[in-house]
Amino acid sequence: MTEKRIEVNGEELVLDSAGALWWPSERALVFADLHFEKGSFYGFTGQMLPPYDTRTTLKRMMALFDAYSPALAIALGDSFHDRDAPNRLDGFEREQLASLGERADWIWIAGNHDPVPPSWLKGTITEEVAIGGLVFRHEPSEMNARGEIAGHLHPCKTVTRRGQSLRRRCFASDGKRLVMPSFGAYTGGLDVRDIALRSLFPKDFFAYVLGRARVYAVAG
Amino acid sequence: MLQPVLPDTALPPVFAQWFAVRGWSPRPHQLALIEHARQGESVLLVAPTGGGKTLAGFLPSLIDLAETPKRARKPALHTLYISPLKALAVDVARNLETPVAEMRLPIRVETRTGDTPPGRRQRQRHSPPDILLTTPEQFALLISSRDAQRFFANVKAVVLDELHAMHNSKRGDLLALGLSRLQTLAPNHRRIGLSATVADPKPLQRFLVPQPMTGETLSSIVIGKPGAKPKISILSSESYVPWAGHLARHTMPEILAAIKQAVTTLVFVNTRSQAERTFQELWRLNNDNLAIALHHGSLAPEQRRKVEAAMTRGALRAVVCTSTLDLGIDWGAVDQVICVGAPKGAARLVQRMGRANHRLDEPSNAMLVPSNRFEVLECEAARDAVIAGELDGEPLRKGGMDVLAQHILCVACSAPFDADALFAEVRSASPYRDLSRTDFDAAVDFVATGGYALKRYDRYAKLRKSPEGLWRIAHPRIAQQYRLNVGVIIEDPMIDIRLQSKGRPAGAGGRVLGKLEEYFVETLTAGDTFVFSGDVLRFEGIHENAAYVTRTNDPEAQIPSYNGGKFPLSTFLAMRVRQMLADPRQWKKLTHPVGEWLEIQQLRSKIPDEGELLVEAFPRGRKHYLVCYPFEGRLAHQTLGMLVTRRLERLRMRPLGFVVNEYALAVWGLRDMSGVDMDTLFSEDMLGDDLEDWLTESALYKRTFRNCAIISGLIERRSLTAEKTGRQVTFSSDLIYDVLREHEPDHILLRATYEDAATGLLDIGRLSGALTRVKGNITVRALDRVSPLAVPALLEISKEMVAGEAHEDILHEAEESLVAEAMSVD
Repeated sequence: MTEKRIEVNGEELVLDSAGALWWPSERALVFADLHFEKGSFYGFTGQMLPPYDTRTTLKRMMALFDAYSPALAIALGDSFHDRDAPNRLDGFEREQLASLGERADWIWIAGNHDPVPPSWLKGTITEEVAIGGLVFRHEPSEMNARGEIAGHLHPCKTVTRRGQSLRRRCFASDGKRLVMPSFGAYTGGLDVRDIALRSLFPKDFFAYVLGRARVYAVAG
Repeated sequence: MLQPVLPDTALPPVFAQWFAVRGWSPRPHQLALIEHARQGESVLLVAPTGGGKTLAGFLPSLIDLAETPKRARKPALHTLYISPLKALAVDVARNLETPVAEMRLPIRVETRTGDTPPGRRQRQRHSPPDILLTTPEQFALLISSRDAQRFFANVKAVVLDELHAMHNSKRGDLLALGLSRLQTLAPNHRRIGLSATVADPKPLQRFLVPQPMTGETLSSIVIGKPGAKPKISILSSESYVPWAGHLARHTMPEILAAIKQAVTTLVFVNTRSQAERTFQELWRLNNDNLAIALHHGSLAPEQRRKVEAAMTRGALRAVVCTSTLDLGIDWGAVDQVICVGAPKGAARLVQRMGRANHRLDEPSNAMLVPSNRFEVLECEAARDAVIAGELDGEPLRKGGMDVLAQHILCVACSAPFDADALFAEVRSASPYRDLSRTDFDAAVDFVATGGYALKRYDRYAKLRKSPEGLWRIAHPRIAQQYRLNVGVIIEDPMIDIRLQSKGRPAGAGGRVLGKLEEYFVETLTAGDTFVFSGDVLRFEGIHENAAYVTRTNDPEAQIPSYNGGKFPLSTFLAMRVRQMLADPRQWKKLTHPVGEWLEIQQLRSKIPDEGELLVEAFPRGRKHYLVCYPFEGRLAHQTLGMLVTRRLERLRMRPLGFVVNEYALAVWGLRDMSGVDMDTLFSEDMLGDDLEDWLTESALYKRTFRNCAIISGLIERRSLTAEKTGRQVTFSSDLIYDVLREHEPDHILLRATYEDAATGLLDIGRLSGALTRVKGNITVRALDRVSPLAVPALLEISKEMVAGEAHEDILHEAEESLVAEAMSVD
């Protein structure tokens, strides 16, 4: 698959068009905002969304595990949509998730508003972790942002070409810090032009837009 | 003197006197309706606007009520009037008060719309008026209430106004289902349908009466006298007619002159952005400061009210407007209608003309202003059609499954239902007369738990079966939720346009100027300027679902806003245009530039025959072009373009892109495509696998899905929690579509979407018909350079936006060289 290589705080990273991050030197695969069971969460409001988002997300994750064979896997927060979400997984989904847990060392980042992953899930649960020149946390911080890889904002960019407009998820980075796209099958997006995102980058930044099989770098 | 048409039909003395005092005679169609009502028959009245049509609808009810002493009846609903526009309902109610008051009839007339205050609505339920005027959405809400049975039990008559505009749409579906319920609640009521002239009245006659399990039943029909022949002029220059574009800028001085000569003019355009631009252009020339206003659906409601009020006061000389003003309302003093750009269908034109001068016996005046060469042909065809009294037929749609789902929930909110009984009731509604039991059960299952193979939502089921086998809602909250989301009119996702407050940072609130489509705002970057609400605005940024803008003093906007046309050329008009083209004798009445255009086309290539598909191939610059002329409207061509391009890719022709307009599709690529087997390329089997594959990606298809998802109740427009907290949770329906398609491709919503696409945004049904027709009838012309007929399509290529309007200057430059090339005769 075609990928995009960039540098964040001196570390070489690979942006995968599926919306995950690959860190070759640490053999680490990074996902953000998996939001397992977001679909079924709204059942109580009377909106019964197709209950297949978790297994779709898991399937995509497995494809990436097959492609990269990571030693370390990091989930950057909001892995479960809500506190009750782990209980809504059915047998099949639990199996799939558990098997992913066996294939690499896992770090589950959980910000203080995030639902905590269930105890039967393998791995370390922590609020943030620093490895080499990078620090992984869920929500982008206003300070100490150098080398930060964060999620939470679900960035999206609209690209217009030849009379067609496409809105896609993207990575956003200025070489010093990076905001990840959300990975969950039902996760939507926040426009990169939104002030909440622009304020993270003092100068210009790039939006790395996820195409079907490629990542496109455009001005943010 | 009064002359009764039928022997037993005499107006009661009070009524006869009322007519006499006013110096009127009751018209034959009014008397005919009274007679049908006496027989208890449902009837369709087809008549042009201004012929006392509305009064005809009410007279039978007024007479009935007048003849029953008030003491003998308790407050109960006798007649229900339903119209598509709430403003129309209000207007008709006001007009109805006149005869009621003047004849001193003891009849209570009230309206019920979205604007009716809750207190009055409450009171109407306990103490109903005799005649209630309302909209289809309010009608659905009343059907859903717990005392619907009591409320409707005494209904004797239903009057459906503007039926031609409602019946063949999702609103028509919802209305038909509501009426089928009413049939069960009040088995002895009769119906009157009021309609403008239509090509085929049978579908409306079917709509009006319950349908049997097999076969069909039609209501009676009364055809009113046609009005005076309309006077339609076409404004067209002898010296210059643009090749493309929709702005008709060159005609603005003449439009202004026409406005000066009339009392009040309605200037109709096809899209909101055209309205903005036309308004700007007119004001640029408006040295006399004539009162010209702007009206379209995206303006803030208060602004629209102001314009409507000024209109009623007679304070305006002209209003530049879109189809939001198309229907019904009698604006009194309007004596001139100008349609800028092609009217897109003869029926639309007639409707718009009906706005001018509501006196039936005087001809209405309309002026058509084509904005480009092809539109000249469209306008001529439309004029001929209207004068000949011919109107567009429409492909009939089946009742939507998404609308059915909404109705099932509506019925459940009122009272528990038996599936067998409800199925029979739904089948009696004309749009659903072919509904299978399997599909009905799938719809019930969908409403109950989403209709998934994976049984995840049983604990949240909205409907549950009682021990007696009846379906009922699981919780009262579900009824509340239903009531917040009634209706089938779905707008594109819109976001607020807020004026950035001076001195405050962006994103810190600001006055809302109106709303714009989200997908347009998505394409803007900070600094872009565009026209809205009569001003040129500068885009500053977005925050929390609002776009922030500042005002500029720029006379020109950089970004043309929004796409070229909401409605494609109707099949019927397309056919007329083709006939016109195929007969060179008809070109005589066209102005010189247009006639010349066609003559040179004939010389250099050919004019397509009525039944054939002409395909031209030519080189230009370093690219090769393939241009075909199906004449099936933009939407069908867009779909065709997608499919043809895929096929060309497979044939390794390296296509790079395509553009469409109302009559042509132009593909360009790196290879000469003249040798491609056209019969295979345009074979209708492209609507099989190729279409399936493309649909997965198509943004238009996903938009259709979104509409179905909202209408069916899968996603709610307004939530109970949002009403409380003010924050709306939105789902990306695109993501839901992707996941659903992967796991349950036969889900009821996906089927509903596919059926919608047949007549909706992708016009697949129309395309399919066209491809079948041209099979074996394709003519290829390999040319050494661009043909005149291809020029307008090629000029579309210079546009940046989605089928947008090219900036006039860009057009001009491109045009000069292109036109010179096409029109040289050597």
